[in-house]
Amino acid sequence: MKQTQSCTDSLQQARLARYSPGSIKASARYLWPLAALMLLLAVNLVLDASFFQLSFQDGRLYGSLIDILNRSAPVALLAIGMSLVIATGGIDLSVGAVMAIAGAVCANLLLQTALPLALVIAAGLATGIAAGLINGTLVSYLKIQPIVATLLLMVAGRGVAQLINQGQIVTFQRPDFAWLGTGSWLGLPLPIWLVIGMFALSQLLLRRTALGLFIEAVGCNATASRYLGINDKAIKLFVYAFAGFCAALAGMISAADIQGSDANNAGLWLELDAILAVVIGGAALSGGRFSLLLSVIGVLIIQSLSTTIIVSGLPAKFNLLIKALVVLLVLLLQSDKFRRQLSSWLPKLRKWRKGGQI
Amino acid sequence: MMSVRYLPLWITAALLCLMFGIGGWQFDGFASLIVVSNLFSDNAFLLIVALGMTLVIISGGIDLSVGAVIALSGVAASLLISQYQWHPLLAFALILPVAALFGALMGVLIHVYKLQPFIVTLAGMFLARGLATTLSEESVAIDHSFYDAIAEFGFVLPGGGWVGASTMIFIVLLLLVIVLMHYSRFGTYVYALGGNSQSAELMGVPVARTTIAIYVLSSVLAALAGIVFTFYTFSGYALAGVGMELDAIAAVVIGGTLLTGGSGFVIGTVLGVLLMGVIQTYIIFDGSLSSWWTKIVIGLLLFGFILLQKLLSRRTALTTAARSTAHG
Repeated sequence: MKQTQSCTDSLQQARLARYSPGSIKASARYLWPLAALMLLLAVNLVLDASFFQLSFQDGRLYGSLIDILNRSAPVALLAIGMSLVIATGGIDLSVGAVMAIAGAVCANLLLQTALPLALVIAAGLATGIAAGLINGTLVSYLKIQPIVATLLLMVAGRGVAQLINQGQIVTFQRPDFAWLGTGSWLGLPLPIWLVIGMFALSQLLLRRTALGLFIEAVGCNATASRYLGINDKAIKLFVYAFAGFCAALAGMISAADIQGSDANNAGLWLELDAILAVVIGGAALSGGRFSLLLSVIGVLIIQSLSTTIIVSGLPAKFNLLIKALVVLLVLLLQSDKFRRQLSSWLPKLRKWRKGGQI
Repeated sequence: MMSVRYLPLWITAALLCLMFGIGGWQFDGFASLIVVSNLFSDNAFLLIVALGMTLVIISGGIDLSVGAVIALSGVAASLLISQYQWHPLLAFALILPVAALFGALMGVLIHVYKLQPFIVTLAGMFLARGLATTLSEESVAIDHSFYDAIAEFGFVLPGGGWVGASTMIFIVLLLLVIVLMHYSRFGTYVYALGGNSQSAELMGVPVARTTIAIYVLSSVLAALAGIVFTFYTFSGYALAGVGMELDAIAAVVIGGTLLTGGSGFVIGTVLGVLLMGVIQTYIIFDGSLSSWWTKIVIGLLLFGFILLQKLLSRRTALTTAARSTAHG
C-alpha cells in the first residue's frame, strides 16, 4: 500500500516536473537513472554483504565496486563520445571497429619500431581522430545518413585492422604501454583515471564554453542553428572526430589490458553497449540534449547489472536475456505514452486493492 | 529514357556480370553453373533474411534483430528435434508463429510507444540472442531422417550445378515477396510509409497494421532463414548468424534501396547478395588474397553505392525543382 502511494507520488512529481521549467525538471531527469543504479547496488548488497568492502593491497584498492568501475572504463569512454554524436541527432556504429584499428596500430608500432611511448599513444589517438573525421565528413559534407555513413567503417574498419595485423593476433611485451590498461595510480586502476580525466576535460570543454550549447542546437534543428550563425557542419565534424578520439583511447586500454591486438574481437559490439548506455541515460536518439554524467551512469547500470547476475549465482548464460529485459523496461519507461498508461492504471490498481481490503 | 530509378539496379547487375566475367577469364571453372548454383545454396539463408530486410528498409525502418532470430530459431529447432523427438515440420510449425509474435511485439513497441526502430530491434537482438544462449550454450546437432531427405531433395542442372531444397525455398519466397511488394496493396502501403509516414497516415494508410506486419514478416523470414541454416549445417548454435544483420543491410543498400526508405526493389537486394557472394568466391578462387579483403571491398562498394544514391537523389530533386519553377 505504502509503496503504491510513494510510486504515484513520484509519478505526480514527474508529471509536475514536465510542465514546470528549470531545476525540478533537470533533477527529475537525473532521478530515474540514479535510482536504478542505487537499486541495483542495493540488490548486490543484499545478495552479497561484502559487496561494498574495499581492501588496499600493493598500493591499489580492490573490491567489487572498483571492479565495476574498471571494467566499464572502455564503454564509458565510448559513451562519452557517443553522447555528443547522439546529441547532434547522429549515431556512430564504427567505434568498436575504430577501437580495433587503434589497438592494431599501437601493437604494430610497439612491436616493429622503437618509438617512445608518447609517440605510440599519439599515433593511436591520431588514428581514431582520422577515422572520426572520415565519419564526420561523410555525415556533414556528403550528407549521408549517420547510420549508413558509420556502418561503412564498422564493416570495413575491422578489415583494415586485420590488414594491419596481417590476420594475426599481434602481441607485445611493453610494460610501459601495458600500464595504460593494468597499472594503477593513487590507489585506483589507470583506466578509471582515464575516464575521470576524459570526463572532466569534456565537461570543461562543453559546459564552460558555448560548444555544448551549439551541439544541442544543431541536434534540435540543424537548419535553424545555421541561420543563427552556427557552423553546423563543423560541429558535426567535431563530434565524430571526438567520438573517434574516445574510441581510440578505449581501444588502447583494451589492447594494453591483454598486451596484444585482436582485430576480430577488440571492441566487438561495444558500440551497441555505448548507444544503449546513452539511451538508458535518458538521451533521445533524435538528438537535442546530452548529459555526459547520465551516459556514464548508464554505463555503470549496464556493468552493475552484469555483476549482479554473476553475484546472484545465476548462470552467466542468463546475462544477455536479463539485460534485454531491463533495457526493454527502461525504454518503455521513457515512452510518454507508456508513462501515461501507467499513471492511469495505478489509481485503478489502488482502488482495486482498497476494494479487496474492505 | 531509362528511368533514373532503375540506374542503381543496372549498375549492380553490371558489376555482378563484370566480377563474374573477370573471374571466368582468370580462373577455369569460375564461370560455370556449379558456381552459380553454389552462390544460391551457400547464401540461401542470407538471401531470405535480406528479403525481409528490404521490406523493413523500404518502410523507413531497420531490423537489427534478424541475426539473433536466425540463431534462436536454429537452436529451438535443433533442440525440439534432437532432445524432444519432435518431427521437424511440427517444430517449424511452432517456431514460425513464435517468431511472428516476436516481430509483432517489436512492431507494437515501435508504433504504439513511438520508440526508434534502431533501439527496439537492438533490444530485440539482445533478447533473441539471450533466449538462444539460455536454451543451449553448445551447438546442438540434428540427426533426423527428414533432414537427410531434405539434403537429398533437388535436381541436377545440365552444367553440373545442384538446385537443392534451400534454393527452392528461397525462390518461392522471392516470388511471394515480389508479388507482395510490387503487386499488392500492402506493398504500396510499405512504400508510402517509407516515403513519408505522416502523409501516408493522412492518405489513409493503416499505419499501425502495416508497421506491425512489416516487422512480423521480417522476423518470420529470419526464422525461416534460421531453419534453412540448419539444413545447411545440420545443427543449431546460439552464436550462429552473428553480424548477419549487417550483411543483409549491406546487400539491401548495394541493391539500390534507399536507407531513408520509400524507394527500392526486392530483386536489387538479390543482386546485392549475389555480388557479395561473387566477391567472396573470387577471393576463395584466388587463394592468395586474405579473407579480410572481403570486408574492405564490401565497405568500398557500400560507399560507392551510397554516393551514387546521393548524386541521383540530388539530380531528381533538381529536376523536380526546375520543373516546378517552369510551371509556376
